[in-house]
Amino acid sequence: MTSHRRPIRWHIGIFLAPAVLVYSAFMIFPLFGTLQLSLFTTSEQQTSFVGLDNFRILFGDPRWSGAFWNALVNNVWFFVIHMLVQNPLGILIAAVLSNPKLRLRGFYRSAIFLPTIMSFVIVGFAWKLILSPLWGIAPDMLKAVGLKFLFAPYLGKEEYALTTLALISVWQYVGIPMMLIYAALLSIPQEVIEAGEVEGVTGFAAFWKIKLPLILPAIGIISILTFVGNFNAFDLVYAAQGALAGPNYATDILGTFLYRTFFGFQMQLGDPNMGAAVAMIMFLIILTGVCIYLFGIQMRMTRYQL
Amino acid sequence: MKIKSLFGAATALLLGSVGVATADVTLTIESWRNDDLSIWQEKIIPAFEAENPGIKVVFAPTAPAQYNSALNAKLEAGTAGDLITCRPFDGSLSLYKAGHLGEVGDLENMKNFGAVAKSGWSTDDGSAIFCVPMASVIHGFIYNKDAFKEVGVSVPTTVDEFFSTLEKIKQDGSYVPLSMGVADQWEAATMGYANIGVNYWKGEEGRQAVIAGDMKLTHPDWVAPYAQLAKWGPYMGDGYEAQSYPDSQNMFTLGRAAIYPAGSWEIAGFNAQADFEMGAFKVPVQAAGDECYISDHVDIALGMNKATKNPEAARTFLNWVGSAEFADLYANSLPGFFSLSDHNVNMTDPLAQDFVSWRGECNSSIRPYHQILSRGTPNLANEYWVTSANVIRGSMTPEEAAAHMQKGLASWYAPQQ
Repeated sequence: MTSHRRPIRWHIGIFLAPAVLVYSAFMIFPLFGTLQLSLFTTSEQQTSFVGLDNFRILFGDPRWSGAFWNALVNNVWFFVIHMLVQNPLGILIAAVLSNPKLRLRGFYRSAIFLPTIMSFVIVGFAWKLILSPLWGIAPDMLKAVGLKFLFAPYLGKEEYALTTLALISVWQYVGIPMMLIYAALLSIPQEVIEAGEVEGVTGFAAFWKIKLPLILPAIGIISILTFVGNFNAFDLVYAAQGALAGPNYATDILGTFLYRTFFGFQMQLGDPNMGAAVAMIMFLIILTGVCIYLFGIQMRMTRYQL
Repeated sequence: MKIKSLFGAATALLLGSVGVATADVTLTIESWRNDDLSIWQEKIIPAFEAENPGIKVVFAPTAPAQYNSALNAKLEAGTAGDLITCRPFDGSLSLYKAGHLGEVGDLENMKNFGAVAKSGWSTDDGSAIFCVPMASVIHGFIYNKDAFKEVGVSVPTTVDEFFSTLEKIKQDGSYVPLSMGVADQWEAATMGYANIGVNYWKGEEGRQAVIAGDMKLTHPDWVAPYAQLAKWGPYMGDGYEAQSYPDSQNMFTLGRAAIYPAGSWEIAGFNAQADFEMGAFKVPVQAAGDECYISDHVDIALGMNKATKNPEAARTFLNWVGSAEFADLYANSLPGFFSLSDHNVNMTDPLAQDFVSWRGECNSSIRPYHQILSRGTPNLANEYWVTSANVIRGSMTPEEAAAHMQKGLASWYAPQQ
């Protein structure tokens, strides 16, 4: 047989083209556009190059940096609540649902997943009404069981508002970790569990010693999805508390801070250049977090061949 | 082949619809007054269209809190409507400077407006006017007459009487004394601080002094309104911290509250909602016989998008906005929006008459944080929202709030440095 030159494999390029083009046009290009925007400033309709000056103001000016750190700290707390409540709760629900003896599993699964597909506007508005001190059902329900003293205008108190919003978000999105863990749990072969049973590992011990190590990669993925989602969050706070993220900026997270900076609010006109600087910092925070996860955790994670 | 003919049909359809649309000129009005949608659609626009065949007008409002940013984005993108409802002072001035608003000073009917009315929509030196003034709003308190009768209190005229009235209503227990919340924050500044403050800083006198740099925001006259606000909290409803603006409106119109710190723009909505008799009283003065001041704020005007494709039609509409017919139609369809023109408008609404009667007794002033002072970052108006709400909730003392405001203003405003 004579060896002939391999033909150019056009199909690879053609198959890749749509994704590459769309991704470049809508992700890569705007990303560099944002970076460029953040290096300029606009005054009196004149745009001029200022280098990293916007970043210097953001971190150097006490007003800007105060607002920024407040938003970042709030955002971290928002994330911590999700990690401490949403993900363990999702794992717990998945573990319970994967028990073949449980009746109505399909119903619970759908019911818990349902809020995830609802619009955040509806969720924010519904919870605002539920918790309303005037018309809400929360105060009446607590009164009915004699726990009225537990009720406070949660969304209006500086000390509770952010935690309340985080828990509302947990309520909405707990279905996502539940579904992913549920799928991971179902993929564990029955033989492994039976082998454990033979060795006397059952019940809780089986969960801790066999199932949990096997679903760790799924938990890792969920953590990073939660991280990215939380540091990009904006919608729920905006729907429930408005762009000023009251009371007294207690619910201000990076997303709402970016919105106010970029688009302005009421009498305050927007500053796209400063807003782009905030957006770049958000991008860097998320990038750092994802890198730590990728190189620090995911690559070292033990995987088991099933 | 099939696809091609379908495409052809779709194109023909599209072209056809464009052909129909060009028969009439359609003007779109950008506005934040979504509460007024039906009044524009049913009264104002039909009146204009009847006189000006060939011009169709569409009123397309945005939610108030989003209006400024949404409008800015639309103007930048070139998708904004032909007519732009103008916020007073810098909001519109910056639009004019950016070349988004056309000049309207040469319209025939502009002669019907005085200097004060035009001040909200002129350049600092008054050389160019870019919006036709429509209305001002007056601040005060609306009260439930039945509730006052039931509890046995009368209209307060001094601050001490105001608080003893609140106390009596609270003791009686059947009504929430003050219907206001701080969840949305702006009521605390607009219906709280700016509303009661004019009597302390003596209206224009204090406002101009701050602009000139002769008075600081930490002056006792500017701290005292905070100190009064700090005492409002206990008279507001349970959980007022999470009570939003619509909550407060509903609480009052459902007859659950006695007094509503108000702007006159509420009148139309309240007339439609409330089934009890309402009255209005002006901001109580510190001592009986003191000269009184009211917040009579130039609020709304209409300008022309410079990029409009129908400048002639837009100018026709704007000229009509300056006419006596519009002044009468607007003031009476929207009681509480008081015409800024020199036309003699007869208002039929008793509540609106209450409000407008104060113009004769008291000195008018506009909200202090609008003209010039809201130009920088941090924005003085937004800061007043937050600090006023904080003071009512008790998370800031009046002195802290005033010091915070002064520091913010001094950080960018040269006369205050």
